[in-house]
Amino acid sequence: MKILTIEDLKSVRSASARRLALREQSDTMAGGQCCGTATGTARMQILICGGTGCKASSSQLIGGKIKEILSEKGIDDRVDVITTGCFGFCEKGPVVKIIPDNTFYTQVTPEDAADIVNDHIISGKRVERLLYVDPKTGQSVSDSKHMDFYRKQMRVALRNCGFIDPENIEEYIARDGYAALAESLMHRSPEDVIEAVKRSGLRGRGGGGFPTGVKWGFARKSVSDVKYVVCNADEGDPGAFMDRSIMEGDPHSIVEAMAICGYSIGSSKGLVYIRAEYPLAIHRLRTAISQAREYGLLGENILGSGFSFDIEIRYGAGAFVCGEETALIHSMEGKRGEPTMKPPFPAESGYLGKPTNVNNVETFANIPVILTKGPEWFASIGTEKSKGTKVFALAGKINNVGLIEVPMGTTLREVIYEIGGGIKGGRKFKAVQTGGPSGGCLTEKHLDIPIDFDNLLAEGSMMGSGGMIVMDEDDCMVSVARFYLDFTVEESCGKCTPCRIGNKRLLETLNRITDGKGSEEDLKTLSTLGKVIKDTALCGLGQTSPNPVLSTLNHFYDEYLEHVRDRRCRAKQCKALLTYMIDPSLCIGCHLCAKNCPADAIIGDVRKPHVINYDKCIRCGMCMARCRFKAISVS
Amino acid sequence: MEEKQITLQIDHHFVTVPEGTTILEAAQKIGIDIPTLCHIDLKGTCIKNNPASCRICVVEVEGRRNLAPACATRCTEGMIVRTSTLRVMNARKIVAELILSDHPNECLTCPKAGNCELQNLALRFNIREMPFNGGELSPRKREVTASIVRNMDKCIFCRRCESVCNEVQTVGALGAIRRGFNTTIAPAFDRMMVESECTYCGQCVAVCPVGALTERDHTNRLVEDLADPDKVVIVQTAPAVRAAIGEEFGLPAGTLVTGKMVAALRELGFDYVFDTDFAADLTIMEEGAEMLNRLTGFLDGDTSVRLPILTSCCPAWVNFFEHQFPDLLDIPSTARSPQQMFGSIAKTWWAERMGIPRDRLVVVSIMPCLAKKYECDRDEFKTDGNPDVDYSISTRELARLIKRANISFTLLPDMEFDRPLGESTGAGVIFGTTGGVMEAALRTVYEFYTGKTLKDVNFQAVRGLQGVRRATVDLGGFELKVGIAHGLGNARHLLEDIRHGRNEYHAIEIMACPGGCIGGGGQPLHHGNSAVLYARANALYREDAGKTLRKSHENPFIKTLYSEYLGKPLSDKAEHLLHTRYFNRSM
Repeated sequence: MKILTIEDLKSVRSASARRLALREQSDTMAGGQCCGTATGTARMQILICGGTGCKASSSQLIGGKIKEILSEKGIDDRVDVITTGCFGFCEKGPVVKIIPDNTFYTQVTPEDAADIVNDHIISGKRVERLLYVDPKTGQSVSDSKHMDFYRKQMRVALRNCGFIDPENIEEYIARDGYAALAESLMHRSPEDVIEAVKRSGLRGRGGGGFPTGVKWGFARKSVSDVKYVVCNADEGDPGAFMDRSIMEGDPHSIVEAMAICGYSIGSSKGLVYIRAEYPLAIHRLRTAISQAREYGLLGENILGSGFSFDIEIRYGAGAFVCGEETALIHSMEGKRGEPTMKPPFPAESGYLGKPTNVNNVETFANIPVILTKGPEWFASIGTEKSKGTKVFALAGKINNVGLIEVPMGTTLREVIYEIGGGIKGGRKFKAVQTGGPSGGCLTEKHLDIPIDFDNLLAEGSMMGSGGMIVMDEDDCMVSVARFYLDFTVEESCGKCTPCRIGNKRLLETLNRITDGKGSEEDLKTLSTLGKVIKDTALCGLGQTSPNPVLSTLNHFYDEYLEHVRDRRCRAKQCKALLTYMIDPSLCIGCHLCAKNCPADAIIGDVRKPHVINYDKCIRCGMCMARCRFKAISVS
Repeated sequence: MEEKQITLQIDHHFVTVPEGTTILEAAQKIGIDIPTLCHIDLKGTCIKNNPASCRICVVEVEGRRNLAPACATRCTEGMIVRTSTLRVMNARKIVAELILSDHPNECLTCPKAGNCELQNLALRFNIREMPFNGGELSPRKREVTASIVRNMDKCIFCRRCESVCNEVQTVGALGAIRRGFNTTIAPAFDRMMVESECTYCGQCVAVCPVGALTERDHTNRLVEDLADPDKVVIVQTAPAVRAAIGEEFGLPAGTLVTGKMVAALRELGFDYVFDTDFAADLTIMEEGAEMLNRLTGFLDGDTSVRLPILTSCCPAWVNFFEHQFPDLLDIPSTARSPQQMFGSIAKTWWAERMGIPRDRLVVVSIMPCLAKKYECDRDEFKTDGNPDVDYSISTRELARLIKRANISFTLLPDMEFDRPLGESTGAGVIFGTTGGVMEAALRTVYEFYTGKTLKDVNFQAVRGLQGVRRATVDLGGFELKVGIAHGLGNARHLLEDIRHGRNEYHAIEIMACPGGCIGGGGQPLHHGNSAVLYARANALYREDAGKTLRKSHENPFIKTLYSEYLGKPLSDKAEHLLHTRYFNRSM
C-alpha cells in the first residue's frame, strides 16, 4: 500500500502494533511464567535469529522445522515464527526466543525443534537443556533480561535488532519507524533537523568521531544542483560486525535516516557503499529499499511533502581503505579506491565532484531515534563529550563473543568482565585492542577508564568503529602487533610513501624480532619509523597504522626486550624463539618422538634417553605433543 | 571580484598570497625552496600532478597534529609554517630513505644519473646510509618498446606519468595497478605497453623524476655506423632540437645553437648534415596543396569533401587517432611527417643524384621526440624492408653522444647545414612549436589562394601556449577558420566535436606534446619549469624572424626538387613518396 499522508503512516502503525505489542510487553515483564497453547495462551511468537552467524549454524532450518511441526499440530495459525536480526549473543547461537514468556534458548539445533514445539509451545514447559547457564552461579537463566550479557547493555542503535522482522516494513513502522522522517518533512525545517542532530551530540561512529550535525551543516551550506547522501557500509576491521548486524537486523533505520539526511542537506539521492562480501545485509537492504518505495517512503514527493529521495546500492570489493570517505567516493566513481587530500572535504566536493555527506551505518541508525525521542534524551546518555551509546563487537579470548551496545562511559572492565563474562578458561587478562588495526592495545591499568572517543585517543588507542579484541596471557604482544601490521600492509592502497614502504619496513622489522633475529636497534627503528609514519601518512589508515606497534611498545616494552635480548617469547607464540628439551630422567627411549619428527631432528637409541639436534629442529612441537611421558618441555 | 589575500608566516617571514595558494607556492614566493618529488606543475600548460603522495614536502603547521604536505595544503590566514625544524627534516629524510629502500642501487649505470630528482634529494638530505635497505623490493616489470624503456623497479610511484597519460593526454595507457607495496604503474591488467593504446608521445618520460621511464637509446648503434667506412651516414635535425640542446651544456633555456649543433654533428663524423626543416617546407607544399584542394572543392559545393583537414606531422598524434578515432581516418592530411619526407627524398632523389646505393646510405634523425623512433619502424615507410629513416635519436641522446666524443660544445664555431637538404625557410623552423605548422601553412596557402604577396608573415593569433587556440584568416574575402591544439587531451575535445558534427574549423593543427615539439619527450628535461618551454618557443620565432626566406614555397631547393623530380605537389610521384595512409588500430 502507498502511504500518502502522515495519517496513512499512523494507520499502518496501529494496524501492525498488535504483533509488536506482544513482544514489547514480554520485554518489559519481570520474567514470565512459561506459557503454552495448551495452558490457555492465545497467541505466541517464536523469534529466530537470522543474522549471518546464526544462519551459518542452520537457524533457517530450525525455523523451517518448527513451522512444519506447528502445522502438523494444527496450531500454526496461533503461533508466528519470525526471523529477526542478530540478538548479539553470537557465542551461544543459534538463538531462539519464545514470546510472550521471553524464554531465551541458546545453541539450538534443528533437532531441538520438536521439543520446543511439543514441550514449550504446546505444554508450557521450558526445554531446560537449551537454557543459558550462568557460569558464575551454575543456575540456568530463562529470560535474557536477567543475563549478565544483556543487563548492562543499552540498545539504541540495535533497538530493533533481534526484535523485529527486518524484511517486514510494517514491523519497523510499528516501532515508530519512519515517524522521524514524517515529522521532519511535515513539521521541521532542514536547519531545525540539523540543529537537533547537533544538540544530540552524536559523533561519527565510523571511527573519526566527527560531530554528525556539524558535518550535515557543512553539506547543507554547499551550493549545488545535486548533492549526495552516502552510507558508508564498508566495515573492514578484522573481527568487526556492528554495521553488518544493523543492516541485517534493522535496514529500514538506515533507509529512514538517509532520507532524513537528504532532506536536511538538500539532496535527493542516496548511495549505500557496501562490500559485496555482505550478501545478507545487501539482500535485507535491497528488500527494505524496495518496500520503502512501494509504501511511498522513498521516491517522488514523499508523504506529499514535495521532497523526493531515492537510494541506490553500490558494491565494494572489500578493500579496507575504501572505508576512508574519499577513497570510498573514488571507488564509487569507478576509480582506484585510494584517498585524496582533504580539503576539499566531501561536503564541498565529493561524489562526481558534488557535495556529499558520508556517514557510517551506526551513525545513521541513531538518527531516527534521536529525532523521535529528542536530542536531549540522547545527550543525557554517555559522557561529557561522547553522547549516546556505542556498539562493540566482542571477540578474542572472551567468554561471551558477540555484539553489544553500551552507554558511552561504560568502563572496559564492565564490558569485559560483566557483559563479556571474563576471559576464556579463567585465564589472566593481558590486553584489549580497540579500534581494530588503527587502534592500540590497552592493558590492565586502563580497565577502569570510561570508554569514549577522547579517553581512548588519550591512551594511544581509538574508538574506531567498535571492534574489541581481548587477549590473555597466551598472546604474544609482538605477534599481536605483527598481526595488525600485516593486515595494514595488505590493505594499504599504496599511494603514499610512508604507508606503502614504511609499513612494509615496519613489518619486516617485527618479523625479524619474532624470528629471533631482532636487535635492540630494531626496537628504536620501530619507534622512530612508527612515529614518522603517523606524522606523514596521507590518510587515516596510514596515520593510525603504527598504533598497534607503538602502543604495544609502550605498554609491553619488556616483552619486546625479551624477544631481542633474551631470544625469549613468554607467551610461547614465536616459534623461532622456542627451545624444546628432552628431560633425560623422564625419557624412556620409546622413540615415538623421533618417529613423528618431520625434520628428523631427534636421535637416540631405543630405551635410552633421546636428544634433539637443534640444527635440524623446526620447532613444530610435534614431539612434545606425542610424548606420553611428559619428558619434553618447551621454553 | 578582487581576490582575497591571506597573510601567513613561513619560517618567521611574513608573506601575503591570494586565497587558494598552497604553502609550497607561498614559500617559493619568498625564496624558500621546499623540496618536492611527486609534485609537478608546468604552469601555463595543462601538465599537473598533485597527488600529495610522496610526502617529501611535509612541513610543520602550528596547531596541526601531523605534518602537512606543502604542495597540497592551502594557506590560511594567520597560519604559522615551519619548513626546516628537526621534526620536519627527520621525517623528510626518513621518507626519502624509505623510497631508496625500494629502489635499486644502480645509480652508476642509470641513464638518469646526474639528472635524477631522487638522487638530488638524497644528496640534499645528506643521506649517507640506507637504514631501511635489505628488505623486500617490490616486484615490477621491465619492457623495451621502439620508443620507451620501462624499468619499473626504479619507479617511485609519484604518478606523474599516470597523470600525464590520463589527464593531459587522455590516452589511458598507464595507470596504477595492484595495491600496497606491490603497487606499480602499468597498462591495464599489467599488459605490456606495446599491447596498449600508448601513442609513444613520451610525455611520461618527460616527467619521470627517476630512471623508470627513459628513451630507447640508439647512440651505440650510431657510433658503430659512423665508424663504418662502407656507410654514408647522413643526419637530419628537427627544428625544436636547436632551441633546446644548449641546455644540456649549461646554456640558458632558449639559447639558439643551430650553428654549434651543425658543427658538433660534423665533428661526430656525419657525412652530410641536413635539416628536417627542408622537409618541413616540403610538407607545407604537399599539405598546403591538399588543403587548397579540399577548400576549393568545399567552396565549389562538393559535398564529398571532408573538412577540417588535420595536420599529420606528429607521429604520436597519428597513433592517437588510429587508436581512438578510427572512424575519422579520412580527415587528417595524408602528408607524411617531415622526418619521413626527408628520409624518402634522401633515399631517392638525393641518393640517385649522389650515386649512393640505398643499402649503403644510413639516414639518422635527431628528434625532440620519442614517437619518431616508433615512426621510423612503421612498415609503410620501408622499401623492401629498408626504412626511409634508419633510426631516430633524441635531443638528450645527441647531447650524451657529444659529451662522449669529447666535443666541447660551447666552444664550437657556428657552421652551416649542407645543401640541398639543409636549406630551409623560417616556415620550416617554426614547425617545432605549437601553432608553427599552421602558421607555416597559412603563409603558403594565403599566397597560393589569393595570388597576392603576404604583407606580414607573422600570424600572432596562432602563437602561444594556450591549450586550444582559434583564429580566422581572411583569404581575400574567404574567412578561413583554423584551430590549434597541443596535448592529446585538447585534441580529443576537438575530435569529439568533429565526430558529433560540431565542427567550426576548416583546418586544425595538432601536436601531441604540450608546447609542441619544443616540449617533446626527447628534449632536455624541463623538471617542471614551464619558463623553459616559453624560452624554446621564442628561440624558434627568433630564428624564423632572422631568416631572409620565411615561406616554404620560396625555398630554392624545394623548387629544384619539384622541377627536377616530383613535378608538382600531389603528383603521382609525390603521392607515392610523400604521402601515407592510416590504419584502424582501435582496441
